[in-house]
Amino acid sequence: MSTDYLLKRADFIFKNENDWEEVLTKSIHRTPNELINELISSELKGRGGAGFPTGLKWKVTAEDKSDVKYVICNADEGEPGTFKDREILSKVPFKVLTAIAICGYVIGARQGYIYLRGEYFFLQSELNKAIKEFEFYCRQINFDFSIKIFMGSGAYICGEETALFESMEGKRGEPRNKPPYPTSFGYMGKPTVINNVETLAHTYTIFKYGSKRFYDLGVQFSRGTKLFSVSGDTPKPGIYELELGMSLVDFVEEFGDDDTKAVQVGGASGFLVPRKKFAETTIGYQGRLVGISLPTGGSMMIFNSSRSMFNVLDNYLVFFAEESCGQCTPCRVGCQQLLRGIKAVKRGEKPASYLDKMLKLAETMQLTAKCGLGQSVANSFSSIVENFREEMIY
Amino acid sequence: MEKKIKITINGASFEVEKGISILEAARNAGVIIPTLCYHKDLCVAGNCRVCVVEIVGQKRLAPACATPCEEGIEVLTNTLKVRNSRKHIIELLLAEHNAECTSCYKNGNCELQKLASDFKIMTQDFIHLVPFKNYTIDMYSPSIIKDDSKCIRCQRCVRTCAELQGVNALTMAYKGEHAKITAFFEKSLNEVVCTNCGQCIIHCPTGALVEKNYIEEVWSAIADKTKYVVIQTAPAVRVGLGEELGFDAGERVTGKMVSALKRLGFDAVMDTDFTADLTIMEEGTELLTRLKRALVDKDPDVKLPMATSCSPGWIKFIEHIYPEFLSHLSSCKSPQQMFGALVKTYYAKARKIDPDKIVSVSVMPCTAKKFEANRPEMHDSGYKDVDYVLTTRELAIMIKQAGIDFMKLEDTHYDRLMGESTGAGVIFGATGGVMEAALRTAYELVTGREVPFENLNITPVRGLEGIKEASIKIEKPLKEWSFLEGVELKCAIAHGLVNAKTVMDSVKAGTSNYHFIEFMACPGGCLGGGGQPIPTNPEIRRKRAAAIYAEDAGMPLRKSHLNPEIIKIYNDFLVKPLSDKSHHLLHTKYTPRKRY
Amino acid sequence: MKPVNELIKSLADRYGRERSSLLPILQGVVEQEKYLSEYSMVEIARELDLPATEVYGTATFYSFLEYKKMGRYIIRLCKTITCAMKGENQILLTIQEMLKIKLGETTPDGLFSLLHTNCLGFCHKAPAMLINNDVYTELTPEKVREILTGYMNRKEEQEENVN
Repeated sequence: MSTDYLLKRADFIFKNENDWEEVLTKSIHRTPNELINELISSELKGRGGAGFPTGLKWKVTAEDKSDVKYVICNADEGEPGTFKDREILSKVPFKVLTAIAICGYVIGARQGYIYLRGEYFFLQSELNKAIKEFEFYCRQINFDFSIKIFMGSGAYICGEETALFESMEGKRGEPRNKPPYPTSFGYMGKPTVINNVETLAHTYTIFKYGSKRFYDLGVQFSRGTKLFSVSGDTPKPGIYELELGMSLVDFVEEFGDDDTKAVQVGGASGFLVPRKKFAETTIGYQGRLVGISLPTGGSMMIFNSSRSMFNVLDNYLVFFAEESCGQCTPCRVGCQQLLRGIKAVKRGEKPASYLDKMLKLAETMQLTAKCGLGQSVANSFSSIVENFREEMIY
Repeated sequence: MEKKIKITINGASFEVEKGISILEAARNAGVIIPTLCYHKDLCVAGNCRVCVVEIVGQKRLAPACATPCEEGIEVLTNTLKVRNSRKHIIELLLAEHNAECTSCYKNGNCELQKLASDFKIMTQDFIHLVPFKNYTIDMYSPSIIKDDSKCIRCQRCVRTCAELQGVNALTMAYKGEHAKITAFFEKSLNEVVCTNCGQCIIHCPTGALVEKNYIEEVWSAIADKTKYVVIQTAPAVRVGLGEELGFDAGERVTGKMVSALKRLGFDAVMDTDFTADLTIMEEGTELLTRLKRALVDKDPDVKLPMATSCSPGWIKFIEHIYPEFLSHLSSCKSPQQMFGALVKTYYAKARKIDPDKIVSVSVMPCTAKKFEANRPEMHDSGYKDVDYVLTTRELAIMIKQAGIDFMKLEDTHYDRLMGESTGAGVIFGATGGVMEAALRTAYELVTGREVPFENLNITPVRGLEGIKEASIKIEKPLKEWSFLEGVELKCAIAHGLVNAKTVMDSVKAGTSNYHFIEFMACPGGCLGGGGQPIPTNPEIRRKRAAAIYAEDAGMPLRKSHLNPEIIKIYNDFLVKPLSDKSHHLLHTKYTPRKRY
Repeated sequence: MKPVNELIKSLADRYGRERSSLLPILQGVVEQEKYLSEYSMVEIARELDLPATEVYGTATFYSFLEYKKMGRYIIRLCKTITCAMKGENQILLTIQEMLKIKLGETTPDGLFSLLHTNCLGFCHKAPAMLINNDVYTELTPEKVREILTGYMNRKEEQEENVN
């Protein structure tokens, strides 16, 4: 199996192309429909982790009749193990700015925002310089568009799109009920396209080279390349652009330390894959016919045999208990229960069978939590407890 | 009309209006879906997740309260998946809740307890979280007790305080495991902008917010043979009390209530309606005096519009938020405090009782009255004018404790001297009632004729619209009021402090030209007060309002100035409205407070 | 340094007085003051015509908007998974020993506050920490001592400048 999808490196995003003026000018001389179709045929899916088709998102927002719309670049990169967006914004900011502006052109928005997490404050001044230069060019070509940075202040949940809107509106970053969706009711109640930094960077590639170039990379249902943030027990931590559809075996061969016990795909809210399942696991969006395919925002954390999976899970659950917004019951109370629960089992205060009760609870959290955070806590919890049950008990 | 769409609920087909929530559609279809954070008065939060249902074809469950019906959806409300999830959620809530139900004030009237009972949560496997949190109980307010260990973070109180009252004394603070509902910087409610209106209490599903009760104090007073315990009952109590004692909403239980109070052992049972009538005499005269000084004397110091002052929640609100407008308030005390001041003077003298021996108790639909009775200035009788304030709910508890079979009681009349009232006094309990009562009397005083409305029913000021306006043109006044000839008296009525805010902002901006405004802190007026039975919701408010107006319509006297005991008190004691004695006992001053 | 109330006014002038300006204003105050006092929050509420509780509820949601007095340099040591795996606890010990404070505390001279924080996005260079807005990565006990010494000397320089 693994030989079907050898690890294929690519170099689009960080390639220093210095042609953003041209890409912008060329793009805004095409019709919005052409651009939308380009995106749709590229099959680009959101790179933040959720994997919503980007072209469709733009299309629905473009069709809304509202005179005020917004484009927001989600740079609230908070998922543990992810650091690619920071790198994109510091290395190739103009690609992102260009993509934001093209999106604005497509959907009919004149204002774009970058929601930058508070932890990345140090990026702000360089980014502002870039924005200044970018806006200057826009004025030169009579393209009415401006971009502002909105700083976050330390809240993981604001990466959730509706929580991010609330935060920008000056409120607690609590996710909203959906529907309505951002495409019709986003920032300030206006139709809004909100895309992850990397997603926008990919649209730059697509508008520049055409959708085919992108589509030809990757595999069915998972087209194109993806940035992976590699960390943990690896000799070469860092950011790598790889084609989607790779097998975890190949990945570990390339990045592991020959002693890899498990890989956490998709950060704390993602899945832990134990060694025995590497062969059947590929990295991409759901929909492959054989084996497990895991979607991801690109966080790949590698654990070798010296690591205690109990400690890993404990660390994640502390994170979730703190970073849950706290409004809905399953997430607020559920995270605390899972955290205290595994400790109680470990200490012998609860029987091992309590793990099964918690697995059911995790399922309820997945079914009933208000937003993606609460729903996805179960991913890491269940995959760790199911695969490393003994480590949880002894 | 909105387009109808087809949906199915548990296999049965229904046509519903597009856009209504699954919860609403289900309720209309006779399918009950449990809720906690949902309340008809408030915006939808979708926080508690108790109302989750299955939509065929969707992986996740959907909150029925926050999910609009779409064409063709198939909703299942009672599958194994749904039941297990709901059970889990209830278990989770119980795990963070101090579930010592037997020692809880809300035992028996708690929505969480009911859910736990309905779903038969027999074991509590999850780890109890309360011991890990340093919860404190805020009991410094004379009106409201806030116990965080019983809070389930549904935020109904937060939404109530913001959406209905515009006060924002409460907020959700922190996040995640630390998320809790608190006042500014975790201060006590008596240190912040809280108006003590108690709307948070009647919207709280658990025992996290309850009134400070004075039941034991009142029992002790009754048991003390040396004390003479007098009780007054507010207008709205008689249309709410029945709900706590087995009657449907909207039942008037005035006579039974008086019987019950006598059986409880009160030495005299009298009526706040009497001082409501007295308020009309004083406040009506004050309004006419202000009009004269403004229109004839052109006195720049006279402040119009004049605002009513019967609602202590409203008073504390204006003291905090619009302190520069305190001179617009009528100087009249609320009927409760007028009653208190008279009971230890006029009544004591007439009945030859040492006022020191009188314990003055009131039963109110209100928690702000507890604060009001404790204001330092409320000692004009030389004693604390009102010693204890009970809510409608506390009275019901006492009646139950005393083993009185309320339903079987005969009707009894109030005791004399301060027990006679008119329909005008009764309608104080509903929004617009003070205005209507005032107009009935003032118009007649000025013109010598009855208000030009059929059966004295001034319908434009009635109803549950948040802000109401009315005007009455004065024609052919009596000679002494000739300056009012042709004057169109403009009035406004606001209930619910968020509406009060809107009206006050228009006054502040100078965009309105009212002469007289009635303000009530609680939605619906006192009948929807923070001391009334739980639940209180739009439908129940309508029923209580209907009961109030029915009570008024059935009274032989419906104008305050015709109340024989009012005529008597002016003859025997007060001399005339706004007399020195009136000023001393019945009027008061207000205290500017900080907004922040 | 401007007095807080003037700072708040100028921030409101700059960002506007709408609710959506609340976060930038809170951030602006924290930038100078390092935390939001009761007084600051009331002044912000007054300036934006918001209830004070709304300001409080919003501010306490965000980890970087402190509402307790903080030192001039706020150390935020990342405690999330990769940093934890790469010796965050050793770094914590080093800082605690050097500054003689525990997590959540501020040195008596008001110079340093020590806090834990969640993922800083430097997992490939773990362990990492922020001191105010500056990132320090691939920390070792030696490196941390050097960094903190640098800040302490900065303090002395500043005091000399004042003198």
